[in-house]
Amino acid sequence: MKIEIKNGRLIDPAQGIDRVASLFIAAGKISAIGTAPPGWQTHRAIDARGLVLSPGLIDCSARLREPGFEYKATLESELEAAVAGGVTSLACPPDTDPPLDEPGLVEMLKHRARLLNRAHVYPIGALTVGLAGTTLTEMGELAEAGCVAFSHADVPLADTQLLLRAMQYAATFGHRVWLRPQDPHLSKGGVAHDGEVATRLGLPAIPAAAETIALATIFTLIRETSVSVHLCRLSTAEGVAMVRAAKQEGLPITCDVAVHHLHLSEVDIGWFDAQAHVMPPFRSPRDRAALRAGLTDGTIDVICSDHTPVDDDSKQLPFAEAEVGVTGLELLLPLTLKWAAEERVGLPAALAKITRAPAALLGLHGGTLAIGHPADVCIFDPAAHWVVDRSSLKSQGKNTPFVGLEVPGRVKYTLIDGVVAGGLAPLPANA
Amino acid sequence: MIRNPQLNANGELTHLLTLEGLPADVIRHILDTAEPFASISEREVKKVPLLRGKAVFNLFFENSTRTRTTFEIAAKRLSADVINLNIGVSSTSKGETLLDTVDNLVAMNADMFVVRHAQSGAPHLIATHLNQHRQTHVHVVNAGDGRHAHPTQGLLDLYTIRHYKREFTNLTVAIVGDVLHSRVARSLIHGLTTLGTPEVRVIGPRTLMPTRVDAMGVRVFTDMSAGLAGCDVVVMLRLQSERMKGTLLPSAGEYFKHYGLTPDKLALARPDVIVMHPGPMNRGVEIDSAVADGERSVILPQVTFGIAVRMAVMSIIAGN
Repeated sequence: MKIEIKNGRLIDPAQGIDRVASLFIAAGKISAIGTAPPGWQTHRAIDARGLVLSPGLIDCSARLREPGFEYKATLESELEAAVAGGVTSLACPPDTDPPLDEPGLVEMLKHRARLLNRAHVYPIGALTVGLAGTTLTEMGELAEAGCVAFSHADVPLADTQLLLRAMQYAATFGHRVWLRPQDPHLSKGGVAHDGEVATRLGLPAIPAAAETIALATIFTLIRETSVSVHLCRLSTAEGVAMVRAAKQEGLPITCDVAVHHLHLSEVDIGWFDAQAHVMPPFRSPRDRAALRAGLTDGTIDVICSDHTPVDDDSKQLPFAEAEVGVTGLELLLPLTLKWAAEERVGLPAALAKITRAPAALLGLHGGTLAIGHPADVCIFDPAAHWVVDRSSLKSQGKNTPFVGLEVPGRVKYTLIDGVVAGGLAPLPANA
Repeated sequence: MIRNPQLNANGELTHLLTLEGLPADVIRHILDTAEPFASISEREVKKVPLLRGKAVFNLFFENSTRTRTTFEIAAKRLSADVINLNIGVSSTSKGETLLDTVDNLVAMNADMFVVRHAQSGAPHLIATHLNQHRQTHVHVVNAGDGRHAHPTQGLLDLYTIRHYKREFTNLTVAIVGDVLHSRVARSLIHGLTTLGTPEVRVIGPRTLMPTRVDAMGVRVFTDMSAGLAGCDVVVMLRLQSERMKGTLLPSAGEYFKHYGLTPDKLALARPDVIVMHPGPMNRGVEIDSAVADGERSVILPQVTFGIAVRMAVMSIIAGN
């Protein structure tokens, strides 16, 4: 099958391309940009006039809920949501049930995902057995089974000695350790940012120091060991400043932010809206401004959705008891575009945060439209605005505080390995 | 974002969930309505027929004898049928969710829920659920949710202050003790600031002060003597026994030494000061018996006014 996508604005941050050009795809790979290769014969043509051709989006944190939480979501439902959102590759954290702590589980997950022939799934292995924080996992075996990194997901790791050893052991196999900086003691029992809103609503709070103390610990251990660390879900202004300084110092770190943290703050809890119960918690508007600035100046490398489908029953509870998380695969692109428009960041720079940067983080042979690379492509209409609505979401989780918000960017086609896997419009007949 | 579900489209009170954001006129209307109810309580026949035929469910997910009793008396004096449900852990251990419990009771034709819950926001969840399912004839009264609000306690405190001091616009009021965990303090602060009280103070050790409490419009004192100086009203908060010794406080003895209300400390306030306490009191922990039983104490009148205020709240929201 030879596909020509023509008349679109082709943006590939990895190659520094931003121009109207045709994209030629053959045998599941990119064969040419601009002019057709010699002897080319188009089987299918897609007219992308007015649309943007981007590398398929890469989401570095999306929970698929398998195994263990199939009543919240399944691989089928969430990979469908991924292609609807233009996401062609995603990394899933190990906090399944059981956690991704042994090779059989990882192989099964990869196998199931491959059978569905949707977005590529890259599991992140658990740092400790059962995420219990006592015994290291067989990281060598897990890496062979397909784990691309190791993390402790959102489960606190209180034992600093174990943290040090886990970092060293993961580095033995050449893997980055992914850590969400949160001191388990200062965050114990907390459900909201320690500020005016939590005080007013009487919600147990998590101070910003829970993040900064954990960052200080991690940075100290990196100086000892030179282990590469990826910092997940930064949430505070002080945290952004510390990461900026650590990068200037030359520490081998990268860092991400969840896309919802770019738009919401503690104020959006309103009157106990459980849809705004997330971890780390939405912090102050000042923190949100710092996250946006950190993203613009490169302190924060990657935007992720931190996709966490939650069933309605688990959200219809008093705020503190409601399960944390938001569904996000289908909002990663629109909310990134909204941030970019508001901050006057150009499309190539914005798309880099959800294509080239996460590809580099995960060590993937993707995130670009370079010739010879897999034809994972996201074709979207940047000018189309739509209102987020439960019924418009393919994810089994309808849990999002953005219901009712008008957002820019509608995915028209998602191609995975050169095959149109989803999107709004049906594949046109031979043109 | 969820809007406050306690006001209907006409701005009328259909649930009482919090005093925050409640217009001063609505608060004054409740206090005015309570006045004649206070005299009913002194009559031979203490009943009026305002809620005759209505079913009021006391839905207590957290134990409380006193608050439940005062709501029960208030509902009965309004001629309502009262059903007490001490749910505690029993229904959650059966796996029933809060909203399932509510739906079942609505199916039994409940007209009003008086809800106490250990989690902040639980009454909001119930009220929002009822509004979304068009059960707008069913009303919710928050009888205390977590650390968040205890609006009828706040209202009875306001009623008591108005009874003895007439006006709010020239008062200095101090709230002393465990502000961090106190829904009573939060509700009273909102009520006082809404009614124009020029100075509301909170006094306590820093471990018991919530972050940015000053944003609620109060002045923070850690020195009790400084905080009590010139006060017209002193409201003592209950210190839960599990917090007397641990990471928040070293001992009940040290707490009493620094934050217990003794006659000596009370002498720093104005001579006509009134002393209030939401009860139940820990004598010798937050308050000296000589003060609790002394001539400046209005702690028992608070209890009496509490019934009248709860009658007013229930009759007003049932009529909207």
